[in-house]
Amino acid sequence: MKLKQLESLLGTLQQFSNPKIELEQYPTGPHIASRMLYTAENSFGDVTDKVVADFGCGCGTLGLAAALLGAEHVIGLDIDAQSIEIASTNAEDLELDMDFVQCDLRNLGWRGSIVDTVVMNPPFGTRRKGADMDFLSVALKIASQAVYSLHKTTTRDHVKRTALRDYNAKSAEVLCELRYDVPQLYKFHKKKEVDIAVDLWRFVPRGV
Amino acid sequence: MRLLTHNMLSSNIKGVTNGFPLLIEAEKVVEKPVDFNPDFLRNIFPKIDWKALVAAARAVGYGELPDTADAAMLESDDFLRHLHHALLQLHLEEGALVCPETGRRFPVNKGIPNMLLHEDEV
Repeated sequence: MKLKQLESLLGTLQQFSNPKIELEQYPTGPHIASRMLYTAENSFGDVTDKVVADFGCGCGTLGLAAALLGAEHVIGLDIDAQSIEIASTNAEDLELDMDFVQCDLRNLGWRGSIVDTVVMNPPFGTRRKGADMDFLSVALKIASQAVYSLHKTTTRDHVKRTALRDYNAKSAEVLCELRYDVPQLYKFHKKKEVDIAVDLWRFVPRGV
Repeated sequence: MRLLTHNMLSSNIKGVTNGFPLLIEAEKVVEKPVDFNPDFLRNIFPKIDWKALVAAARAVGYGELPDTADAAMLESDDFLRHLHHALLQLHLEEGALVCPETGRRFPVNKGIPNMLLHEDEV
């Protein structure tokens, strides 16, 4: 599938109807999502025929992008039942299979190394400090091949240091810097739309 | 939820030492066809907890998997097709996953297990 085609399919997905600020629910736009998964597959072969988990899947954009690129099994994990419901409808609309598990990633019980690749757009931790790093810590325990994640560019040094030193990552590499459009979703947003710089990371867990 | 997902999930209630595998209470099971991908099955076979998969398959009414399995069986087309069906085509749609130590039920509705813990279980 071509990048353009992937992006336009993802553009049809339904997004949060009542986003919850305490969960930092922001949609992953089709531009970023398509580039993230396209790179994961075309540069590294981490998607097609693989088992992919989408952490904090929200409306399912990243997981469904993986399914569109031929992932064999995709699991979306999220704490919020309403998000999973939207994601599940999105999967049906695209006629794709995707499993979902409602859970709190911080106390998830998990066995084995079946998941090859974790993809995620974690909460950036502006409401609850460190939320993105909690996600990353779990992702690096569960993935056997690679973790793709977005983090604010301003936290680059911290992310790298923590992943390598504390989370058992063998490598941590910024693939590119992207502009993340934050639409005016919440009342406290004063401006109509802002974009912030985010890094697209690829982490490789140790033990591969 | 596919049985492949079940093969990874475990109960993480405070104090539980071995929360895997979760027992299955099946109220509704559905089948969804998936393209047969033998290479995927060969790759994933060594990572599967076989006993858990056999028990899960039986709990949803599928008895075609042998009690034990080894890599030599991956030569057999029949075996691969049964494995394919069990791992990828059977979905637990309604029912529950039950913690093997505490008996706590995690409900499954519309195919989605709710693994959220209560405050006193964390």
